[in-house]
Amino acid sequence: MNTAVLRTELRLFRREPGALFWILAFPTLLLVILGSIPSFRRHHADLGGLRTVDVYVPVAVLLGMIVGALQSMPQNITGYRERGILRRMSTTPVRPSALLSAQMLVYGAAALVSALCALAVGRLAFDVRLPEQPYGYLIALLLAILAALALGAVVSALSRTTKIAGAIGSAVFFPMMFCAGVWLPVQAMPDGLARVIGYTPFGAAAQALNRAAAGDWPGWAHLAVLVAWTVLLTAGASRWFRWE
Amino acid sequence: MSVIEVTGLRKSYGGRPVVDGVSFAVEEGEIFGILGPNGAGKTTTVECVEGLRIPDAGRVRVAGLDPVADHEQVARVLGAQLQESELQAKLTVREALELYAAFYPHPADWRPLAERLGLTAKLTTRFAKLSGGQKQRLFIALALIGGPRVVVLDELTTGLDPRARRDTWQLIEDVRASGVTVLLVTHFMEEAQRLCDRIAVIDKGRVAALDTPSGLIRRSAGSTVISFTPSAPLDEGDLNALPALASVEHKDGRITLSGTDETVNAVITLLARGHITAHQLRVSDATLDDAFLDLTEVTS
Repeated sequence: MNTAVLRTELRLFRREPGALFWILAFPTLLLVILGSIPSFRRHHADLGGLRTVDVYVPVAVLLGMIVGALQSMPQNITGYRERGILRRMSTTPVRPSALLSAQMLVYGAAALVSALCALAVGRLAFDVRLPEQPYGYLIALLLAILAALALGAVVSALSRTTKIAGAIGSAVFFPMMFCAGVWLPVQAMPDGLARVIGYTPFGAAAQALNRAAAGDWPGWAHLAVLVAWTVLLTAGASRWFRWE
Repeated sequence: MSVIEVTGLRKSYGGRPVVDGVSFAVEEGEIFGILGPNGAGKTTTVECVEGLRIPDAGRVRVAGLDPVADHEQVARVLGAQLQESELQAKLTVREALELYAAFYPHPADWRPLAERLGLTAKLTTRFAKLSGGQKQRLFIALALIGGPRVVVLDELTTGLDPRARRDTWQLIEDVRASGVTVLLVTHFMEEAQRLCDRIAVIDKGRVAALDTPSGLIRRSAGSTVISFTPSAPLDEGDLNALPALASVEHKDGRITLSGTDETVNAVITLLARGHITAHQLRVSDATLDDAFLDLTEVTS
């Protein structure tokens, strides 16, 4: 890790209005729009007595990290390789891996800020209760971020060009959004589907977050799924990654 | 003392040898040129010097260090400007200079460096908005920011307009004057002839010749070029019998000969004997261009 590189990448991130909007603002904005619909603020028996706006908070929490880690980061890293930025850094005493870890830290931190923003707005604007098991919630959130970054790293490793990174990123993006419950919250999914989804990184993350939000410790099974994905994807990324 | 020593360097890609036994040494304080046609192995050779590629065989030393095993120490004494390499589009000139300065233990002050390279007015400009010449000047600055003993400049002036190219040449001479050794990769003859103290001509992965620019020119068969338009036709047999003749060319009634001083005198005698007037008689020294074509022809 190199602090000068990290500072520079943070500064460059702030110069990307698209990334700022979709990662930091959009998830909370989506929550605000959904929460403004009166029927979404009514309690539903088939959601276990929760309101639609309640079940969309974890979705908003996961959305920022999916956009950041799968859409923005792989395009940046692939572009850095494509345009010879990693190579140029190889000629200095600092290794180009500093650039990759800086990218991961920036997008990891952005995902965390985006999640906290969604939680805060949910609490303040729509009276969504804060997670009742905050430590369990934080652990599930951090593990989800690590899994998302590892998945993004695999996309970066497999994409030769920025265009390919964009295409793979989008192809992975929609299934991951589905697993996180963007179209159908996991609570509303049939049991069989919810169980299968629970083996995907964001499905496991959504269920772990829901448990912690309700006051239980997130299930070990879901946390283990997240850890397993992170280990597997990181191994794949470091095996397949090419510096040029 | 040699700053860079390359001995018996070999590198193949997919079984095809790209660098096939290259040896040379760059002395402290000189501008050493690596000249060769496209695909000759120039860039691969300097990439091995920079530690970006691992040689298949041979020995590379920069200030006595191995660029692969002692990468970090070599990176501190060697600054590199790479062919076709960019920076982050939204990074400003000043930020790039500050960032790269932070990579070195004893960096040069970037302010006078920016001043010297004419970048002071562009400090807040983002990389993507710079012109080709400005980008190249920034890359020279980044290669120098660590206070290196030697800089490698790979095809620095490719794609620049003639004005920017000449300005860049002046900068390279200034860099050498400040005590930094320069390894210059180029395919521009004029550039090599003007800047380099010594040149290694690389062709098909081998060193075809290594000499000073004037040494290379002298060494080629036709180092003097004589051209004229004769007032009456000359006998072809007489022309071909000229001493030390390297080549004869006829074009639109104009004759161009290459050879040595001896050839020049013999042509004049031949013309005088036949009472032939030579219109627009020109005698000139061959350029590095001629020598280069000659050298790379021999090996192909």
